Amino acid sequence: MTNQNDMLSPEAIKKIDREVAKYPADQKQSAVMAALVIAQDEKGWLSKETIAAVAGYLGMAPIAAYEVASFYNMYDLQPVGKYKLTVCTNLPCALSGGVHAADYVKEKLGIDFNETTADGRFTLKEGECMGACGDAPVMLVNNKRMCSFMLPEQIDKLLAECK
Amino acid sequence: MLEIEIDGKTLQVADGSTIIEAAHQLGTYIPHFCYHKKLSIAANCRMCLVQVEKAPKPMPACATPVTNGMKVFTHSELAVKAQKGVMEFLLINHPLDCPICDQGGECQLQDLAVGYGESASQYQEEKRVVPDKDLGPLVSTDMTRCINCTRCIRFTAEIAGFMELGQSFRGERAEVMPFIGKTVDTELSGNIIDLCPVGALTSKPFRFSARTWELSRRKSVSPHDGLGSNLIVQTKHDRVMRVLPLENEDINECWLTDKERFSYQGLSSAERLTKPMVKQGGEWKEVDWSVALDYASHALRDVAKTHGGAAIGGLLSPHATLEEMYLAQKLLRGLDSENIDFRLRQSDFSADGKRKGTPWLGMKIADIGRLDRVLVVGSFLRKDHPLVAQRLRQSAKRGAQISILHSADDDLLIKLAARAIAAPSQLPAVLAEVVKAVAELKGVAADPALAKVGAGLVDVNAAKKIAASLVSGSDGGKCAGILLGNFAQQHPQAATLSALAQQLAGLLGGSFGFLGEAANSVGGYAAKAIPTAGGLNAAAMLKDPRHAYVVVGAEPELDCADGAQALASLTKAAAVVVLSPFKSQAMLDYAAVLLPVSPFSETSGTFVNTEGRVQSFYAAAKPLGEARPAWKVLRVLGNLLDLNGFAFNSSEEVRAEALDGQPEFVSGLDNGIDGATLNLTASPNGLERVADVPIHFSDPLVRRAPALQQAADSAAPTARMNAATLAKCGLASGDKVKVGAGGTAAVTLPAQFDAGLPDGVVRIAAAHADTVALGAMSSVLSVEKA
Repeated sequence: MTNQNDMLSPEAIKKIDREVAKYPADQKQSAVMAALVIAQDEKGWLSKETIAAVAGYLGMAPIAAYEVASFYNMYDLQPVGKYKLTVCTNLPCALSGGVHAADYVKEKLGIDFNETTADGRFTLKEGECMGACGDAPVMLVNNKRMCSFMLPEQIDKLLAECK
Repeated sequence: MLEIEIDGKTLQVADGSTIIEAAHQLGTYIPHFCYHKKLSIAANCRMCLVQVEKAPKPMPACATPVTNGMKVFTHSELAVKAQKGVMEFLLINHPLDCPICDQGGECQLQDLAVGYGESASQYQEEKRVVPDKDLGPLVSTDMTRCINCTRCIRFTAEIAGFMELGQSFRGERAEVMPFIGKTVDTELSGNIIDLCPVGALTSKPFRFSARTWELSRRKSVSPHDGLGSNLIVQTKHDRVMRVLPLENEDINECWLTDKERFSYQGLSSAERLTKPMVKQGGEWKEVDWSVALDYASHALRDVAKTHGGAAIGGLLSPHATLEEMYLAQKLLRGLDSENIDFRLRQSDFSADGKRKGTPWLGMKIADIGRLDRVLVVGSFLRKDHPLVAQRLRQSAKRGAQISILHSADDDLLIKLAARAIAAPSQLPAVLAEVVKAVAELKGVAADPALAKVGAGLVDVNAAKKIAASLVSGSDGGKCAGILLGNFAQQHPQAATLSALAQQLAGLLGGSFGFLGEAANSVGGYAAKAIPTAGGLNAAAMLKDPRHAYVVVGAEPELDCADGAQALASLTKAAAVVVLSPFKSQAMLDYAAVLLPVSPFSETSGTFVNTEGRVQSFYAAAKPLGEARPAWKVLRVLGNLLDLNGFAFNSSEEVRAEALDGQPEFVSGLDNGIDGATLNLTASPNGLERVADVPIHFSDPLVRRAPALQQAADSAAPTARMNAATLAKCGLASGDKVKVGAGGTAAVTLPAQFDAGLPDGVVRIAAAHADTVALGAMSSVLSVEKA
């Protein structure tokens, strides 16, 4: 297990340790979600090697970490473009134009959901509720930046920003 | 105790029971899929919904604790409606492919669908399809049939000790899978086939070969490790098609190891000996039984007459039945030979003649789980005794402290309290340190013979940690157990290890015992298949070649402590009479006559397991070809040699004579040694060999089981060393190395890094054709780059 840790940088390990410290010493695996986020931020996506390295570091079975990584939408099990755009298509967003927003992005970028543009710049994903139904339609850029009221002109502006 | 009423019947149940447990106590069946008594509660299949009085909605019986005065209705209108609803949901995505499904006829889903399913579904949309997974050579998958009960996942995590399966993705896309690119490699993997309530996980070797209703069932006993797991052997047209566990809470619970489950494939190996054969003028000829038996009896009689009975040696497989061993020793003693032994892999016989009785587990198997402190000495526990390891794993979860003293730090998948890993020659010294440390903690004087041991040589701190763990148990160690594994029994200082364990158990007030290596490791003593005064033991009769040998069920080149020496002595002998279910090239080279005898599935017989339990079984199938039960062959040989006392009509009569009746447990079990001399010198200089007997190479039957031979545990032997040893020899992991043992022919193996080994040790598996030439299992080796 120790040799897998070469996968993660010392900075990432330091961040993971900070998360691990939040839980009892024999419950290291409680930090798995945070650790996967840290690993994904560093690597861009979660390869099976990365997941195995995180699992090894937390003393848990690789498949247990894979269960988590495959369950949640915001973990990427495939490489993504420089900007990952996630459009919410859950019911409240859908009622307020979420699907149209997604269609507009698709048309602009010439890709469908779960695809990446040929230049590797954009990946489009279908997202689950982001907890901001009042701001519908909502989009998320690279899991971190929330964009509200995404009508066509906002989308154009966003795409222009993402160089 | 709580009072509960189920379907109008009241009963008392223990606090903390669930409704389903209470119902089972009453004999009331509640339909279920995900619930299993040995696994944690998941409550995800929802099939066990029942009506509970005053509860607003149906409750899952497997996850609802009983409260006092609770009234439960398992078959009320509400309960049945709920169960039918669940069944409809389960069948939404389940393919209705029972006619081509291997589980058909023994499928819980199929059975319950008869009771709770409707003839049509409201669901008209497309069913989901789930890609199949590669779980290795033993378990076949049809994941589309999976109902996501997670029993297999809970089994790998809780019973086998490492979560090799998981449920990935979410919702409708959830699927059970191993980690990407991995297979299920645990030595207990076959149990997930039994656990799977549908046809998602089925047996790969058995697949599509028979329907369950075509099979006849016979109870039997496992011929492999010392546990004596209870089996159901299923046959069709006198061919063993499958082996399943027979539940016995005192022995194997409801589990089987993969070795026990899949070794039956070896029964129909192409190497089965089906006709008696004799060697005439260097040519092998198939002959009639009468000719072969005449030939064998004459050969033995001639040697006895010209060279005396002591010129004959008897090597019995520890996997032979009690009856076979008893008749074999009677035959040899009738020929005036005291040279008889079944302890083929043992190398230290200094305790012979000093033993107070038959060495055994020292406790009941079920009591292993009641120990609160355990020290395992010299054991590849997980591979040698997988179900004992499983029991200790559960104990550790309940708070027992398990420690190990061994020469290899293999991952036991058990939370260990302490461990001491030392080279084989240092094991006695480390154990002596543990004894001294326990004596010190207890404030009593240790055996003065131990005073000068160890100083500076061994890891005293590890020994002290083990001692502290042992003493911290209830009543200062009264519930502590010291278990000596196969490696300790095969160790060149086995008697010393045993005597030290005895001292340790004495100081603690606990117990100690041996984990029986083979199915009849205790039975061999009961059958008197050991040399008494003047006789030669297994090692001695091979070291000092005999004129003739009688070999029963063993392949000495693979089953003896020193395979190379065994092969040399057998080749030199004038006459080797082999009773074996299998033939091998080596056997054709050294034997004079080959008598085809039945393996365990084709003979009646008895195994005495490591706790001394006498377990008899009947034949499950007719003998293959002209093979005959070995006890009958030995009886006829006895008659042909005009020996007295061979007038047996059944194996039961043999057993009655051997055991003096039909006891449940054999008498004379005692691990004590009188006047043991401690041999605490750590002699070897150089690279010491640590030889494990790989799980799928331990006996002739399992060596011939093709599916097991493809399993991860059957990888070709390597020369394993730790980083320091590799560096000292100037090697890197993966290099081809030439390994030699004191001048004899060397073998070439790949070097492999193994962080779990102590310094100055090279681990090379025994019982494998590639390593026979290395000779003794414990030896000093030279290693150089090839």
